[in-house]
Amino acid sequence: MLKKFITTGLAASLALGVSAAATLAAEVKIGFVTTLTTPAGVIGKDMKAAIELAVEQMGGKMGNLDINLIIEDDGFKPDIGKQKTDKLVKQDNVDFVAGFIWSHVLLASRKSALDAGKFLISSNAGPSPIAGKLCHKNFFSTSWQNDQTPMAMGEVLNQQGVKSLYIIAPNYAAGKNMSAGVERTFKGEIKGKDLTKWGKDAQLDFSAELAKAKASGAEALFIFYPGKAGGAFIKQYQQAGLEGKLPLYTVFTVDSIALPKLQKAGFKGVLGSRMTQFWAPDLDTPQNKKFVSGFKKKYGHYPSFYAAQAYDSMYLIKSAVEAVGGDLSKMDEMRAAMKSANFPSVRGKFTYGNNGMPIQNFYLREVVADADGVWTTKIVKTVYTNHQDPYAKDCKLP
Amino acid sequence: MFSLSKNGRARNGWVNFTVLACTGVIPLLLYVAGQTFYLDLATRMVCLAIAAISLNLILGYGGMVSFGHAVFIGIGAYAVGIPAYHATYGEFDLIASYNGFLHILLAVAFSSLFALVTGAISLRTKGIYFIMITMAFGQMIYFFFVSLETYGGDDGLTIDARSEFPAVKLDNAIVMFLVCYVIMLLVIFAMYKIVNSRFGMVLQGAKDNEERMRAMGFNTFKYRLTAYVIAGALCGLSGALLGNFTTFISPEMIDWTRSGELIFMVLLGGGGTLAGPLVGAAIFVVLEEVLSSFTIYWHLPFGIMLILAVLFARKGLLSLFLKEDGDD
Amino acid sequence: MDTTLLFIQFLNGMQLGVLLFLLAAGLSLTFGIMDFVNLAHGSLYMAGAFICASLTFWTGSFLLAVLLAIPLAALVGLATEYIVVRHLYARDHLDHVLATFGLILVFDTLVHIIWGSEGIAVPLPGWLDGQVELFAGVIFPTFRLLIIVSGLVIAAGLYFLVNFTRLGMLIRAGASNRTMVSALGINIQFLFALVFSLGAALAGIAGMLISPISEASIGMGNQIIITAFVVIVIGGVGSMKGAFIAALLIGLIDTFGRSYLDTIFKLFMSPVAAETSAPAVSAMLIYILMAVVLAVRPQGLFPPKARG
Repeated sequence: MLKKFITTGLAASLALGVSAAATLAAEVKIGFVTTLTTPAGVIGKDMKAAIELAVEQMGGKMGNLDINLIIEDDGFKPDIGKQKTDKLVKQDNVDFVAGFIWSHVLLASRKSALDAGKFLISSNAGPSPIAGKLCHKNFFSTSWQNDQTPMAMGEVLNQQGVKSLYIIAPNYAAGKNMSAGVERTFKGEIKGKDLTKWGKDAQLDFSAELAKAKASGAEALFIFYPGKAGGAFIKQYQQAGLEGKLPLYTVFTVDSIALPKLQKAGFKGVLGSRMTQFWAPDLDTPQNKKFVSGFKKKYGHYPSFYAAQAYDSMYLIKSAVEAVGGDLSKMDEMRAAMKSANFPSVRGKFTYGNNGMPIQNFYLREVVADADGVWTTKIVKTVYTNHQDPYAKDCKLP
Repeated sequence: MFSLSKNGRARNGWVNFTVLACTGVIPLLLYVAGQTFYLDLATRMVCLAIAAISLNLILGYGGMVSFGHAVFIGIGAYAVGIPAYHATYGEFDLIASYNGFLHILLAVAFSSLFALVTGAISLRTKGIYFIMITMAFGQMIYFFFVSLETYGGDDGLTIDARSEFPAVKLDNAIVMFLVCYVIMLLVIFAMYKIVNSRFGMVLQGAKDNEERMRAMGFNTFKYRLTAYVIAGALCGLSGALLGNFTTFISPEMIDWTRSGELIFMVLLGGGGTLAGPLVGAAIFVVLEEVLSSFTIYWHLPFGIMLILAVLFARKGLLSLFLKEDGDD
Repeated sequence: MDTTLLFIQFLNGMQLGVLLFLLAAGLSLTFGIMDFVNLAHGSLYMAGAFICASLTFWTGSFLLAVLLAIPLAALVGLATEYIVVRHLYARDHLDHVLATFGLILVFDTLVHIIWGSEGIAVPLPGWLDGQVELFAGVIFPTFRLLIIVSGLVIAAGLYFLVNFTRLGMLIRAGASNRTMVSALGINIQFLFALVFSLGAALAGIAGMLISPISEASIGMGNQIIITAFVVIVIGGVGSMKGAFIAALLIGLIDTFGRSYLDTIFKLFMSPVAAETSAPAVSAMLIYILMAVVLAVRPQGLFPPKARG
């Protein structure tokens, strides 16, 4: 009623030329939400590099449609992420919304994208609600569910015969997920656990926790510190003289963003440290070779796993666009195409579960120097084959 | 403001009216023109404006620099989110409800209560000590919500269904905007009444010269505490609206930097003026959206503008249009 | 209780404490003398860390880099004072907060433009990178010991400066009665600039000392500046003695809270409840301490003598 009144009353006085953002028929619009400012901007930078590489390798086209990529910065804030998603959906009228490094930004933005009937693709965040009770038919992930990687690590510890473990992780949702994930599969004794302050004034000095871990008598140390805290932790681990005494096992802590810095500063303690991951730069698939060599050629360093996931997102979208011959109104066909995961992924062949989360392999990786002496990670062995996240059963989708 | 000449008062009235009318009409015009996103931007702006207006009562008129005001936004938002969560997923039947009136009641009640308790402690201190103790209370609540795992901890809580009111459906973007806008008008009107009442005079008098007010027999502590509780309650209301608008709440809303942003809205627009905080909120939201789409280095021009605003527009940007009070 | 661990945690707390003191000393000086609230003090800490990190790679020596970086950090402070801060002394605290928040954004973005968003890990010379055995069984990282020692030496130097030199006399006089100092014919503008750059140098040193432990990164100062404010508020704004005692107090309480709170909570709670509540409470600990101190003593523990 009200809307009608305003429409009829005011539309006449408005210049009618101001029309809704005109959508050109011959392009596919992809909105990508990531973090480009704040210290976490370094992750967004790597993801942006990867999707731009993907667009370049696709020749700027998906099928017969031109790619129109719109990258937005969430500033590491959930409400800004939601606002940017609203803008992408309402203002730019994109066909796909992808990206999302952080669980809270994804959770805040999810409704805006899905309610508008868009496909939502997470290129990193994998919080349990999205895999479980909040699952949605238009949601797909090109990363993993939070619990999977640490569960694989727990399995590795069992295989290595580790009897007791000390856990240090940041005190926030993903930190707790990681710690719960490793406890879910690790069969030995947990000697102690510290959850450290996280957020804007995150704790970066771990002297007290390292002293406790050392005094606990545990056989191994498990940590999860994404971003800059990871490099800081490893340096302090080395400075405290724990190398060789308390072996370090990590998830999402040592990556291609931290390694160049650590190498430049000569922190050799990180060489040989082990982690689990769904992917590694040396994974032997044709698409991964194309990705890693292309990335190194263009940017001069190894891509991170964030970059690999972002790159995969673009190829997932491409497979959907090509399946319908560029007719983006065929939502059902595009969904079916994505669900079949029938695209060249850097991780090789995988399938999608009912909740849009990948069912995929997890590997044990080790930090090594490559042939040129550059520090990178190398796959040691496969820990899980076709592993599905534990929340899929809470998802009502078939 | 009350000592202005008739002429000046009429002019200031026009400035305030223009500001209010623009914030109401422009977003709707844009919406009709197909720019639906700007209506969302305006709704967020109006919610933040209510919070900034409430802060203005204690900061602009009362001279109390609270660095923890965003905590009330958080309390208000969780007062919507927690009952809605339990209405969807069970447990805590006592508060489990989608009823909007209950949400608003809880938001205002808890905000007032928190303001009363922390205000009674904080108002014993002055100056930088007051700034820091209000921030300390804000940080405590921040870490409290971070540790509440049931409600998502720092991952935040998705509100699955908005507050329900008879005949008013908040799911419609225009209705959502108009509800927030009308509430903002009511809050500004209430603020106008408060500021020009005897209570408001004492509050402003205590800001300028506390000794004189005490000598006149006013218990300034009580007046300040009352203002602090009113500001907290109104800010809680804005939090309930913001929670309904974003349908997502997280402890990040409470962080001290968010309180800082509220201060900047008040000061940027002009503390101690009725429409100033609204202007500040508008500038903040628009700058954040526009500058950030030009460059990832948008904080640089933003920071420089802040510094220039302090150096050259001392009374806030609105003061450039308002007629100055004679004896100021 | 394990006394070795207790002693090591004591040293860890001291190390955090002296770092906080280096930051709080500058804050307290600018506050005490110029009545200036500087939110951007943390940016000077960040500037010190980045300058030192670059110089470390340029000279190849961390210690040489620190020596070169200290005057540069003071220079950054001097420039900041000259361009922005000196125009704000006559304004109220709110204007200070607003303008210095603007400064934080400017500094953070400039660092982003100059050094990129990755941050820099700073290498230490080999002899500092290891551990020392203080007593039997008490093994402590050498560099952290160096931080404690240099922090205490600087604190002693400041004590001497404030109490036994002419500059110190002016600083003390300025903190208690500003108009009086300018009436003495002192070039107050020069004094203010000097004190501001001294504060910047101290903050810069703190940044240089922490950079080999965490790293030089954007926004590193914004995290610690709030704790530094907590320190000067608990200690009593403008009091060097208060800042020193409060800094060590906060350092020790924070460290012991992180180390022992879960054990203490397990005495009267279920292990699961203790595990979730201990980190939350230890994060809140310094704020709780501040609220309690201010509720009892609204002027902090050691308020300077009445102001003119």
